[in-house]
Amino acid sequence: MKTFRIGGVHPSENKLSAGKAIETLTLPKQAVFPLSQHIGAPATAIVKKGDVVKVGTKIAEAGGFVSAPIFSSVSGKVNKVDTVIDASGYRKPAIFIDVDGDEWEETIDRSTELVKECSLTPEEIVAKIKEAGVVGMGGACFPTHVKLCPPPGCKAQCVIINAVECEPYLTADHRLMLEKPEQILVGVTLLMKAAKVNKAYIGIENNKPDAIKLMQEKAVAYPGIEIVPLKVKYPQGGEKQLIDAVIGRQVPAPLAIPINVGAVVQNVGTAYAVYEAVQKSKPLFERVVTVTGKSVKNPSNFLTRMGTPISQLIEAAGGMPEDTGKVIGGGPMMGKALANTEVPICKGSSGVLLMNDKEAARAEAQPCIRCAKCVGVCPMGLEPFLLATLSSYKEWERVEKEDIMSCIECGSCQFTCPSHRPMLDYIRLGKGTVGGIIRARNAKK
Amino acid sequence: MANKLIISLSPHVHSGDSVQKNMYGVLIALIPAFIVSLIYFGVGAAIVTLTSVAACVFFEWAITKFILKKERTTVGDGSAILTGVLLAFNLPSNLPIWIIVIGALVAIGIGKMTFGGLGCNPFNPALVGRVFLLISFPVQMTSWPQVGQVTSYLDAETGATPLAVMKAAIKAGDASILEQLPGSFNLLIGAPGNCQMGAGSLGEICALALIIGLVYMLWKKIITWHIPVSILATVFVFAGLMHLANPVYANPVDVLLSGGLMLGAIFMATDYVTSPMTHKGMLIYGIAIGFLTVVIRMFGAYPEGMSFAILIMNAFTPLINNYCKPKRFGEVKK
Repeated sequence: MKTFRIGGVHPSENKLSAGKAIETLTLPKQAVFPLSQHIGAPATAIVKKGDVVKVGTKIAEAGGFVSAPIFSSVSGKVNKVDTVIDASGYRKPAIFIDVDGDEWEETIDRSTELVKECSLTPEEIVAKIKEAGVVGMGGACFPTHVKLCPPPGCKAQCVIINAVECEPYLTADHRLMLEKPEQILVGVTLLMKAAKVNKAYIGIENNKPDAIKLMQEKAVAYPGIEIVPLKVKYPQGGEKQLIDAVIGRQVPAPLAIPINVGAVVQNVGTAYAVYEAVQKSKPLFERVVTVTGKSVKNPSNFLTRMGTPISQLIEAAGGMPEDTGKVIGGGPMMGKALANTEVPICKGSSGVLLMNDKEAARAEAQPCIRCAKCVGVCPMGLEPFLLATLSSYKEWERVEKEDIMSCIECGSCQFTCPSHRPMLDYIRLGKGTVGGIIRARNAKK
Repeated sequence: MANKLIISLSPHVHSGDSVQKNMYGVLIALIPAFIVSLIYFGVGAAIVTLTSVAACVFFEWAITKFILKKERTTVGDGSAILTGVLLAFNLPSNLPIWIIVIGALVAIGIGKMTFGGLGCNPFNPALVGRVFLLISFPVQMTSWPQVGQVTSYLDAETGATPLAVMKAAIKAGDASILEQLPGSFNLLIGAPGNCQMGAGSLGEICALALIIGLVYMLWKKIITWHIPVSILATVFVFAGLMHLANPVYANPVDVLLSGGLMLGAIFMATDYVTSPMTHKGMLIYGIAIGFLTVVIRMFGAYPEGMSFAILIMNAFTPLINNYCKPKRFGEVKK
């Protein structure tokens, strides 16, 4: 079975909510929409206090080409345009909407009927995706339409759908495949058309045999789409690792991007959002979020409107356990620890993970014993121990030469370190600093 | 509730691996060899091993507490115990206690703690102790008891080891001397065969027991195959070529199975701290150790070259680390 070639680790899967069907979460009392919930320029608010909005009303316009508009997920009145602490921990501008009823924009097709046919041209599909505010739903939130517009000189050869869900605990993508397989496949077909290719691969790790089987059965009716079962290994959901696993090509070091090897990678949730945007004229304002953790009473998958506070999801899953030590937005390998539970669900929120006191505490770091395990597991072929040490000594020039900018921050090194060294903390510091140095150097030129 | 949430960067989970698990894992892998040494050397093996371990642990504890004045000692991580066992395994089973204690002091004191303790030492501490003793007490360090004397310690009858026989054959230029060797199978299981020979250091006599340890460590992912396999393969090929060129050099299988080669390749050269960090580097390191070992055994003054070969390559480890980089993801061949 296929997998990526360099490094990798096997964290305990803990997919506690894999058997739980997607439930629709009740509406929040107030929904909060941070203006930057994607990579690129923040969106600009186009509503003001007192404006009345419906479900699907555009409330913020894209702030540039690499940006995405934001749509209200609720109907009601704009309370204020202010700031909120989002999942990154920073205070950012946001729109607050008080919920009143559930009135949808008439343009949205709310029927559950599957719409297969699409007569739009590739350009029209891209335009619709862009206009619906669709971004990568795996967590990075890169605007989808940008990936479908290759830079001059590059040509896409295939679409690769990331249905790996290699983060432990998370099951949102898994459930989506089990419950909306046809919609996903239509979405993939649309992405193929938009990218002007006739081949698509859907990479699924073999810890989801039911999803692989179902998708394989359904995919027969969709020419050009191939389901690729993958051997379970973290970080297979990393874009570069997935391309290597599926088509055996390695994207060179930055600044190279996947399109340089002919691949357009999209998350399976994004494919579903594309289906809804293009076939149902429904902008991106809700998504599936996994709420899970070993002490959580009912680990669940919720279809959640954007802007819902995380606290409401936790309540719906049985409340915050007494022993909670850490609340993580996302999975345990790359997710962010949250300081408060009023953080709103955004386009990239794939899960909420509650860890108990014992799991949450880091063990004390011991001296490096030079066991080389971090070198062995690094999926980018780097030397994490060296990058961390050099960064701690502020040896920026050397750390740049050691390819620190290739690090994808997957955390495999720190996960595997017998001495519990906080390597990735230092590597992030180094990446940040070296990134600044590189930008300053380029600005001078 | 919200006021006691922990904030830290990802990853939020850990494999559960630890320094202790690795150290005790190696110790578990050494159990078969220890059992064999007890069967063959009895009391002597027990006394030497216990003395060495106790002395190493004591010196590490005393140095961290009274000289470095640290609040917490590092004895619990198991590395001092491991150094003690490896030092003992490299000693003859009839060595007097006071010499063992000196060896332990040199191993822990000079080999490890002077550089800052675990993770900082450039040379394998057990080998530093062993080579110090070999140079300081050449007589006691090279008289090896014959196997099977389970009740004797200092009074054990000694004899020539297979390595000494091989050396004698080379010196005399007479291949018939090699007929005194007990045979490959006996070397593998550590049996003396039909001739009464001194077996060697107490941990190295049974190649099979050491190989079981290797399999265990590979299974538990404590070490990778690169270092032991590259050493053994190099020795086999190099010694094989020498044997083909001139039969006074022993056949390569006997070379592999005799002396400290297995112990060194499996347990000493693979020491985390003093071996290279990349797979490419490990292969270079292993090939060089294998080469140097055979060169010392066949052309040097000492019958055994493993310890010296490893220590020499320990010195090259930083250089190897500097030049051997892992293959980067997406690297294009220049």
